Amino acid sequence: MKAKLKGWKEMPIGGVIDEPGNAKAYKTGGWRSMRPILDKEKCINCYFCWFYCPDNSVIVENGDVKGVNLDYCKGCGICAAVCPKNAITMEEETKFLKE
Amino acid sequence: MGKKVALTGDMAAAEAMRQINPDVVAAYPITPQTEIMMNFAQFKANGLVDTELVRVESEHSAMSACVGSAAGGARTMTATSANGLALMHEVVYIAASSRLPIVMAVVNRALSAPINIHCDHSDTMAERDSGWIQIFSQNPQEVYDHIFLALKLAEHHDVLLPVMVNQDGFITSHGVEPVELLDDEVIKNFIGEYIPKYPLLDIDNPITYGPLDLYDYYFEHKRQQVEAMENALKVYPKVAEELSKITNRKYPMIEKYNIEDADYIIVTMSSAAGTTKYVVEKLREQGKKVGLLKIRLFRPFPIDEVAQTLAGKKAVAVLDRSASFGSFPPLAEEIKNSCYDLENRPPIYSFIFGLGGRDLLPAHIEYVFQGLMENKFDTKRIEYLGVRE
Repeated sequence: MKAKLKGWKEMPIGGVIDEPGNAKAYKTGGWRSMRPILDKEKCINCYFCWFYCPDNSVIVENGDVKGVNLDYCKGCGICAAVCPKNAITMEEETKFLKE
Repeated sequence: MGKKVALTGDMAAAEAMRQINPDVVAAYPITPQTEIMMNFAQFKANGLVDTELVRVESEHSAMSACVGSAAGGARTMTATSANGLALMHEVVYIAASSRLPIVMAVVNRALSAPINIHCDHSDTMAERDSGWIQIFSQNPQEVYDHIFLALKLAEHHDVLLPVMVNQDGFITSHGVEPVELLDDEVIKNFIGEYIPKYPLLDIDNPITYGPLDLYDYYFEHKRQQVEAMENALKVYPKVAEELSKITNRKYPMIEKYNIEDADYIIVTMSSAAGTTKYVVEKLREQGKKVGLLKIRLFRPFPIDEVAQTLAGKKAVAVLDRSASFGSFPPLAEEIKNSCYDLENRPPIYSFIFGLGGRDLLPAHIEYVFQGLMENKFDTKRIEYLGVRE
């Protein structure tokens, strides 16, 4: 899930960014220390998590809540807090370190 | 060959800058600025250079303007001294980390307090770890030559680091000596056209300088800087050789003066090397096996060459013109570090001299050599030359 980071031999020198607008490619999910885990058994597709997520990271496909885009989710836990069915639990990110 | 004229170190630096005719020079025009900028401003006023001369409100701004100009893709130079360099400090690091090949003439003078305007190396040594290449000049001729060497080294695409060309305040900066100048055309051909790697003004290839760089990439950028310094160590001899072809003078990273058969060595830099040479000559006439190791290139430090030169010597004295309060002074640390892995490591003694412009006399040098020969110093203690108890 985590983007492959370049080594020092592959990068432009001097901290120069040599392609404009590449902030788009920056995966801010790396900041996360807690990860939301969705239990689909409990989920009723009320979309509260989708509405409240400050990073537009809740994935909804054909009306069905599918999970969270970990490239951008920063683990704020709002989705878990607003879920009326307690279908989202926050787990320590260190548990998934091997991914 | 060019003509020989009488110049101070300041005038020699300004003359070299005139011949380089940089695109931009940004400098603070008031004290602690030196006559380097005074002379260069005169050249500008007289129409002898095309340089955009930016007079800023502080040394911090001077280096900031240099960073902007160099990032833009302009060949950029400046000059400073003492507290001026200290005020630049923050941006000195930014220039090196952004890999901008700025060349700066530095007249080494003491840092306050108390206020002192005379020679010592505390200003440049405070920038030791900034990522700049540091070259030290013994006399006005070396100041003049080193500036061309510095420019060519800085702009080499395997290096791309800024360079400080150091000279001793007053002793060199205001001392008049014969300097052989090269023809403008010869210099023009030597330095060539500057081809910046990432010019900000190349609007067809837009880039960003100085972005946020956190724990995920900052370390890699620092690793690149380490590599650039190692490259500088490889590129330096080639550039020095090229310069030698037009000047007939040599620029080894370390100068070995009567070293081969010497048992007792003094290691020092800048004008003190001149005084030491004089004493070495004198003691040689008396049959004493003494020699001088002059460090020209301090960053990157030529560790291997120094170790090879000092291996097996009976005793080595390192003379520093700055202190590192709470430990051994910078040059002594370098020499000890270089020699640590030697099996036949010589004893290395540390001396501090000349702070705030205190004269280093031939008698001091003789005292050091005599003490080395009589084995009367202690490697664990710093000795002070010319200080009153």
